[in-house]
Amino acid sequence: MPKFASERGIELFKKTFKKISRGAKIHGLEWYLTVFGGLIIISVLILIVFADKIAPYDPLDFVGDPFLKPGEQGFILGTDNLGRDILSRIIHGAKIVMSISISATLFSAGVGIPLGLISGYFGGKFDRVLSLIMDSIYSFPGLILAIAMAAMLGPGILNISIAIAVIYVPTYFRMVRSHVLSVKEELYVEAAKTLGASNATIITRYIFPNVIASVAVIFSLNIADAILTEAGLSFLGLGIAPPTPDWGLDLSKGKVFLPRGYWWIVTYPGLMISFVALGFTLLGEGLNEILNPRLREG
Amino acid sequence: MKSILSYIITRILLTIPMLLILLTVVFFILRVMPGDPAKSILGAHAPADQIEAVRKTLGLDKPIFINTHGNPFDSQYFHYLENLIKFDLGRSMIWSKRPVAQEIKEHFPATFELTLCSIIITMLIGIFGGTIAAYKQKSVLDYGFRLYGIIIYSIPIFWLGLMLQLLFGVFLGIFPVSGRIEAGIELHKITGLFLLDSILTLNWEAFKSSLKHIALPSITLGLSLSGIFVRLTRANMIHTLKQDFVIAARVRGIPERKVVYKHALKNAFIPILTMMGLEFAILLAGAVLTETTFSWPGMGRYLVERILYRDFNAVQGGVILFALLVSAISLLVDITYSIIDPRIRY
Repeated sequence: MPKFASERGIELFKKTFKKISRGAKIHGLEWYLTVFGGLIIISVLILIVFADKIAPYDPLDFVGDPFLKPGEQGFILGTDNLGRDILSRIIHGAKIVMSISISATLFSAGVGIPLGLISGYFGGKFDRVLSLIMDSIYSFPGLILAIAMAAMLGPGILNISIAIAVIYVPTYFRMVRSHVLSVKEELYVEAAKTLGASNATIITRYIFPNVIASVAVIFSLNIADAILTEAGLSFLGLGIAPPTPDWGLDLSKGKVFLPRGYWWIVTYPGLMISFVALGFTLLGEGLNEILNPRLREG
Repeated sequence: MKSILSYIITRILLTIPMLLILLTVVFFILRVMPGDPAKSILGAHAPADQIEAVRKTLGLDKPIFINTHGNPFDSQYFHYLENLIKFDLGRSMIWSKRPVAQEIKEHFPATFELTLCSIIITMLIGIFGGTIAAYKQKSVLDYGFRLYGIIIYSIPIFWLGLMLQLLFGVFLGIFPVSGRIEAGIELHKITGLFLLDSILTLNWEAFKSSLKHIALPSITLGLSLSGIFVRLTRANMIHTLKQDFVIAARVRGIPERKVVYKHALKNAFIPILTMMGLEFAILLAGAVLTETTFSWPGMGRYLVERILYRDFNAVQGGVILFALLVSAISLLVDITYSIIDPRIRY
C-alpha cells in the first residue's frame, strides 16, 4: 500500500515535467516569463560560482580613483567612494544575498512545514494555540520583527538568515495546515487509517505529497521576498558587516553621496536586487500557473 | 444591528491574545539577547558597577519572567503588564527618559499622514490599472499592467525612493528629499498632520511646503504597493465581469462605462477591500524603509532608532501601537463590508 503513495509522488513529478515541457504551447506569455525568470536565476548562480573569474578586480581592493564615472579609466560601472570597482563588488555581492535568502527560506520551510502538518493533522488545543501564535506573527509587519531579531543577534550570515526566517515561518505553517485540513478527511486517508498505518506514515506518505506543489510556489516567491528583506536589513545597517560586498550595504553606503550627483554607486546594486528578486517572482508565478491551474486568474 | 455589535466586541476581545503574544515575543527577544539600554547609555566599556547601577534604576536588575526568590510576580514582565493595564507604556530607557506615550504621540502623525497619502496613490493606480487590464484582457495594456505589477513588486522600496530622489531631487531639483516641512516655516500644530493643519490655519505657505515634502515619500510607498493592487483588482474584475448581472446590465442598455465602473467595480471591491486589510502590515513595513530613506520623522524611523539603542520600553510601545493599528484596520474593513454589501451579515 505505501508503495502506491510513492508511485503517486513520482507520477506527480512526471506530470509536472510533461506540463512544463508542453507549457509554451498552452501558457503563452506566462511561459516565456517563467523561462526568463529561470534564466535570471541560472545566470546569478553562474555569477556566484565563477565570481573570481568574471570579476575584473578584487571587490575589496582600492583599484582606482574614487568616484570614477561609469566607463572612465576602463571601469565599466565606475568606482565607489574608496575607489573600489563597482562591477566587481556587484558580482561578488550576489553570494551573500543568495546564501542568506535561500538559507532563510530553507529554515522557515523546515520549521513551518512540519509544524503545519502536525498541527493540522492532530488538531486540538495544540493546534489552536499554535495557530493563534502564527496568526499573530503573520499579521504583524514582518520587517520590524526581523529588524529587532537582526539587531539583537548581530551581523553574520547565519544570524541574518535566522532573523529573516522567523517572519516567514507562519506563511508555510498556514498554507500547509489549511491543505492538511482539507485532505485529512479524504477517503484514501481513512482507508490508510483503517489498514493500520501509523500517524507518521499517513502524514509523510499520504498528506505531505499533496502539499509539495504549493510549497514549490511559495518557496520561490519567498526567496524573492527574502532577498528584498535582506537588502532592507543591510540598508538599515543591520546586515552583513563592511567591507564584504553586499548589495544592500553598498546602497546604504552610497546613499550619502547621492546629493552630490554620484548616481552610479546606488543605481547598480539596486538594479541587481530588483533583477534577482524579479527572477524568483517570475519563476514562482510561473510555477503557480503550471502546478495549480485551478487557481489561475482569468 | 445587534449581531454586528456583538461581532465587533468579539473581535476586539480577540485582539487581546494577539497583542499579548506579540508583546511577549518582542519582550523576550529584547531581553534574552545581548545588549541593553544601560550599555547604550554608558558605552560598552563602562565599568561594570556603573552599568549595574543604571540597570537598577531602569528596573532591569529584576528577573525577566518569574521571580523565584520571593513574590513570583515581582518581575520585569509582570510589572510591564501591570502598567500596561493602566495604559502606561513606561518611560524611554535612554537619555531623554520621556514617557513613551508622549514620544509616540509626536511621531505617529507623520507616519499616519504618509500612509494615508500613499494609500490614495496606490488605490488610484491599482483600481484604474486593474480595471483597464481586466476589461481589455489579453491586450497590450493588460500585459503591460501585469508586467508592471510583477516588476514593481521586485523593486526594493528604498531603492525606488533613492532613484526618485536622484531624479526629482538632485537632477531636476523639483522636490526636497528629506524632512516634512521647510525649516523656518511656522505651523501651528493641531492634529500633527501638516497638510491638514496648514489648511485649518489657512497657512498656504506651509501647505505648499509640506505638500512638496510629502510628494516623494508618498509616491515611493504608493508605487511600491500599487503592483499588488493592480493584480488584485484585475483578478476580481475579470471574475465579476463574467457574472450574469453584468450581462443583464448591458442588455438593459446601460452605458458600458457605467456597467464597468458602477455595477462591476462595486461588486469586485469587496474582496479587494479584504486584501487591503491584509496588506496593511506590508504598508507599515514599507513605511519603515521609506521613512529611513527620506528622513521622515515618523514611527518607523523612531522604532528602528530605538531598536538600535535597545530602548526596551520604546520598542515595546511601538510594537503595541503597530499591532493595534493592524487589528483596528482589519476590523474597520469588516465593518465597511457590511455597509458596502448589505448581503453580508455577522
